[in-house]
Amino acid sequence: MFLKTLPTLSILVFLSLWQLLAWYLQSALLPLPQTVAQVFFTHCQSGELPYHLGVTLLRLMVSFIISMSIGCVIGVALGRNEKLNAFFDHWLIIFLNVPALVTIILCYVWFGLSESAAILAVVINKVPNVIVTLREGTRALDKNLLNMAKSYQFSQFKTLKHVILPQLHPFLMSATRSGIALIWIIILMVELLGRSNGMGYQLHLFFQWFDIASILAYTIAFVGVIQFIELAILKPIDTAAKRWRL
Amino acid sequence: MTDVTITIHNKTHHGALAPTIENFSLTLGAGEFVCLVGQSGCGKTTLLNSIAGLDANYTGDIRLSKATQSPKIGYVFQQPCLLPWRTVRENIELVFTSPTDAQKAHIERLLDFMQLRAYVAAYPQQLSEGMRRRVSIIRAFAINPNLLLMDEPFVSLDAPMAREVRLLLENLWQQRPHTVLFVTHDLREAIALADKLVFLTNRPMRVLREVPVNIARHLRQDAQYIDHFHTTLIENYPELHVLL
Repeated sequence: MFLKTLPTLSILVFLSLWQLLAWYLQSALLPLPQTVAQVFFTHCQSGELPYHLGVTLLRLMVSFIISMSIGCVIGVALGRNEKLNAFFDHWLIIFLNVPALVTIILCYVWFGLSESAAILAVVINKVPNVIVTLREGTRALDKNLLNMAKSYQFSQFKTLKHVILPQLHPFLMSATRSGIALIWIIILMVELLGRSNGMGYQLHLFFQWFDIASILAYTIAFVGVIQFIELAILKPIDTAAKRWRL
Repeated sequence: MTDVTITIHNKTHHGALAPTIENFSLTLGAGEFVCLVGQSGCGKTTLLNSIAGLDANYTGDIRLSKATQSPKIGYVFQQPCLLPWRTVRENIELVFTSPTDAQKAHIERLLDFMQLRAYVAAYPQQLSEGMRRRVSIIRAFAINPNLLLMDEPFVSLDAPMAREVRLLLENLWQQRPHTVLFVTHDLREAIALADKLVFLTNRPMRVLREVPVNIARHLRQDAQYIDHFHTTLIENYPELHVLL
């Protein structure tokens, strides 16, 4: 019972500390929690926050789906084929180490300040991470189970569904969780540098106006949405996939 | 059921200097229980994997013939190789594309026989090691194989549990006498189970000698018959001493 109340208690302690610090500093640089709440509701009522949040989430979703699809296919292929991996390993290291900012600038310079260039920049930054995670997962596949599937003449689809995907599940979840966090960071930069809407664009405006309350209100909204995705989508999927471990 | 003939000529793994299996030829009579006996590392598992088509990284020739078509193979591995995220029933039924009513009924009979009916909804990690081995045996029998490969299926079980699973296997096989190729390095286990013993050389692996086991099935639970056969074997075939 006490364990269940701990997360709520933790949030209350965090808010209290924030309240105390803001009250002590009495500065516009750190507004009180209730001030941020008021700004949050004002932005919601005006429709500004839902619009920009929606735009960013749409970009996040599209980039995420494309990155995961490409990354999973290439990651599994590299994990299964040593020659392919030996050939592309250096490419992977290069792409992993190119700073996100460089990719974004290059995409905008080469393809213009367009939506597709923005999505492409995010995808280029995220795909190498998915490839590496899935490659390691594929290398760790249990060969005995694959042999069992082969000896009983499982079809490729059946092997993928019943033998490979359940083993890759922890790696897919890891790529998903880290992917959402990484894409969110990159999207803000993409929007800040070359879009006229979205959270990144808005945060840039608030920064120019030193509007800290609005910056915090937008941040809280986004964190709330990500928490919702975690609790309403990712956790149930994870629990269902791990029910056999109970 | 018809006989199955296995012929392997100079199977050499890529990168290896010498063949793993040289000239191997063995005919298993329909419904015959054949035990392969050889020292650890002589290539018994490699042989079974070759027969099952699991080994692709080699040169040489492997032929598997049956009177009509390529035989349906069931494989009981050293480890049970059950999917941990599937229940006992799901693990067994997965070997079928979509099990028919007759196949489901067959599985139910096998579950009853192996005393696992009460555990069909359990996941493998909820079972004992002996139970997991029994599930893997049911899975292999479920497809009614023309050839059943068994790779030391009782290894790493303690003696009483190994004996229990072995008895269940023997009874099951007597009810449904599939053609079995059983690998073991335990000669007493082989004598207790086999119609024919096939002794293998070390690498490169060849058939050293084939010896029929002429002890009536109902007498094989009696250790003295096994011991007597064991002693006679060494007396009659001194060249096997190194394997025994």
